[in-house]
Amino acid sequence: MFLKKVALAGSMAAFAASAGYACEIGGRVNIVGNEFAAIQAVAAGAKECTGASVESNLTSEHQTINVAGLSGNPSEYTTAIIANSSLVALMNEDVIRPLNDLVEQHGQELQPGQLIKIGDNIMAVAFMANAQHLMYRRDILEQAGVEVPTTYEELLEVAKAIREQGIMQNPVGGAYQAGWNLAQEFNNMFLGYGGTHFKPGTAEPNINTEAGVNALNMMKALSEYMNPDFLTHDSNATNAEYRAGNVAIMNMWGSRASQQTTTEGVLQEVIDGHAIAAPMTVGGGSIPATTLWWDGWTVGKNISDEEAEATFIAMKNGIRPDMLNDETTPLAVWLIEGYEPSEDAQGVFAAAKMGTPPYPMLPYMGLMHSALGNELADFMQGKESAEQALADIEAAYRAAAIEQGFLK
Amino acid sequence: MRHKTFLWFFLPTGLAMLLFIAMPIVSVVTQSIFAPHPAVLIEVESCTPLVGCTTETTVDQEATATLRAESPMGRFVGLGIYFDRGHLAIQEVGQIWATNDTWDGFFSELGNLPFYRAMAFTLSFTFIVTPLTILLGLVIALAVNSLHRHLKGLMIFFSLLPMIVTPLIGSLILFWMIDSRGVIGNALVNLAGDPDFSLKASTGLMWVALMVYGIWSSAPFAFVVFYAGLQTLPKDQIEAAQIDGATRWQQVKFVVVPHLMPLVTFVALIQLMDNFKVFEPIIGFSAGAHAQSLSTFIFNDMNGETRQLSSAAATSVITIIGIAILLSPVLVRTWRDFKGAR
Repeated sequence: MFLKKVALAGSMAAFAASAGYACEIGGRVNIVGNEFAAIQAVAAGAKECTGASVESNLTSEHQTINVAGLSGNPSEYTTAIIANSSLVALMNEDVIRPLNDLVEQHGQELQPGQLIKIGDNIMAVAFMANAQHLMYRRDILEQAGVEVPTTYEELLEVAKAIREQGIMQNPVGGAYQAGWNLAQEFNNMFLGYGGTHFKPGTAEPNINTEAGVNALNMMKALSEYMNPDFLTHDSNATNAEYRAGNVAIMNMWGSRASQQTTTEGVLQEVIDGHAIAAPMTVGGGSIPATTLWWDGWTVGKNISDEEAEATFIAMKNGIRPDMLNDETTPLAVWLIEGYEPSEDAQGVFAAAKMGTPPYPMLPYMGLMHSALGNELADFMQGKESAEQALADIEAAYRAAAIEQGFLK
Repeated sequence: MRHKTFLWFFLPTGLAMLLFIAMPIVSVVTQSIFAPHPAVLIEVESCTPLVGCTTETTVDQEATATLRAESPMGRFVGLGIYFDRGHLAIQEVGQIWATNDTWDGFFSELGNLPFYRAMAFTLSFTFIVTPLTILLGLVIALAVNSLHRHLKGLMIFFSLLPMIVTPLIGSLILFWMIDSRGVIGNALVNLAGDPDFSLKASTGLMWVALMVYGIWSSAPFAFVVFYAGLQTLPKDQIEAAQIDGATRWQQVKFVVVPHLMPLVTFVALIQLMDNFKVFEPIIGFSAGAHAQSLSTFIFNDMNGETRQLSSAAATSVITIIGIAILLSPVLVRTWRDFKGAR
């Protein structure tokens, strides 16, 4: 029996040595996060640690459970994998801890760019970047004899050419589903026209401006070339239309780029013609009409120091440089040392190079996003003017911000 | 029954009602009259990958924690949230009233306020779907009841299917059918002869689709109740009516329906309550652009990046009050019947 144990321990050690690392943790780890391939890979990396249990709950409904799941004491989850928009919600509720001490002890290998600093505190460790950028069908654009657009004005020309030549009736795709998606498209366009959502340093809304009106008019013009059901299409439905060959050009998330040609049932002509390019500018602006995002992990506040340390070590193991292999590299635009950008990543990198603004990380941005999502549909259906829609959004935002204590 | 016996008999029920009905309502009402503390904001430098460092505003956690410790309930706002723009919008309604001379203008501007627009849909939905559900349920019950007994079991099973299917799944199936590339949607495009015709893009047609779904999904409930009622139909009354030369229609009108009247009241009560809280079809159909209800408001409040608990609580209380108002005529009538019967 004893010999058996020795042999087992020996083989385990040999296995760990052959893998080239050893991850030992001394406390429980429990992960909550979104469900897509890149995050699954990170969670799988964290689960390779031994010494204590590492569990995960990856679900697309993660936003609705992460605050509650980090709130108890001790909390259910020890870490939340989040995008930059959700970091604010966790910080507003004060459920995540600064990582400065842990980074000093265990995080020397992390790239400085991976550390998300709010003031002096490191609040999250980012591992991938994301941005919406152009995806198009090279074959269709060639058939129509048009160039790849670099501005939204050119995109309208391209769409017009494709429709007039009878190649496609509705060549433009867009995640314009009423709610979060539609609001995000407005944010892109609004920032592209040089708008800022709030008056500097305050929670006062600032969208009923020329930039806001221009953004709405451009969205309306684009929607003329979309499937008439556009207000019910989220990014999944828009991608389905693209893969089915019904859409020739769209502004889409970089994290979807590698799946456009590998998903089951994609038409051969889509696989052959699929191409990506940098995000477009609008209205003669210099920065692209899109936003830059990152995904990263945090460590909960309501857990013991051992658990916090274990969580940090395990999560760092999930994003260590040698987790990148042929299978995981194409899944995302990784911010991990040693990452070689693939073809699919050039859109996001171009976005970063062109000075794309990050999605606003402000405590009240979530309320603005909700107000936009609820009030924009009327304008898109032609039921009210751009000015009226923007005034409605500001009023709806103001009511919510007063309730939440951001405005008086 | 002696009072003491009654007390002991009622105690378990009373306790359960207190715990599971009264307490949550008290908690929701409390939640709706308190709001989060004013946020203490500070400016800090924040650094993100690929972008670099920028000055951002953030919540001062220490200062906010002190505020929270002082009064954990939050900031008392009374009925403030009920009256804000997201709910009853008292101030906005006052302004619209003052600036409009015609009813037309008043109502069209009122429709721009989320609460009143949601009420317009919810009330239309409730008052169209409820009677049609009852009617359809009655027709199915009469039809199944007149079938040969070998066929009855099978037909009952098929009639119950819409109720067996999970509501969200049922609405999603219909949603894909009416998509412009779906079976029904495509047929409509061909019928209309317009390639841009879309059911989902038209508010009117979307309302129709939602209501059709509402009737389809709850007709089986009405059917089951009425079918059970039909089994207790006195044979002699029907025979007497037949001897008097009543047609089938007259038998239904003068014998069957009056016999089922208490059940109609029951189904109407349940359906009014359910339909006022219409939720699944709006989510399933992604119909947020065309129709909202109080329930979807609560869902949106709780589902954003920043959860608006107080706003959701206020909407819940308004829902309870709305249902109470809606049910009051039926309840008053039941009470009168009860007193008359004594």
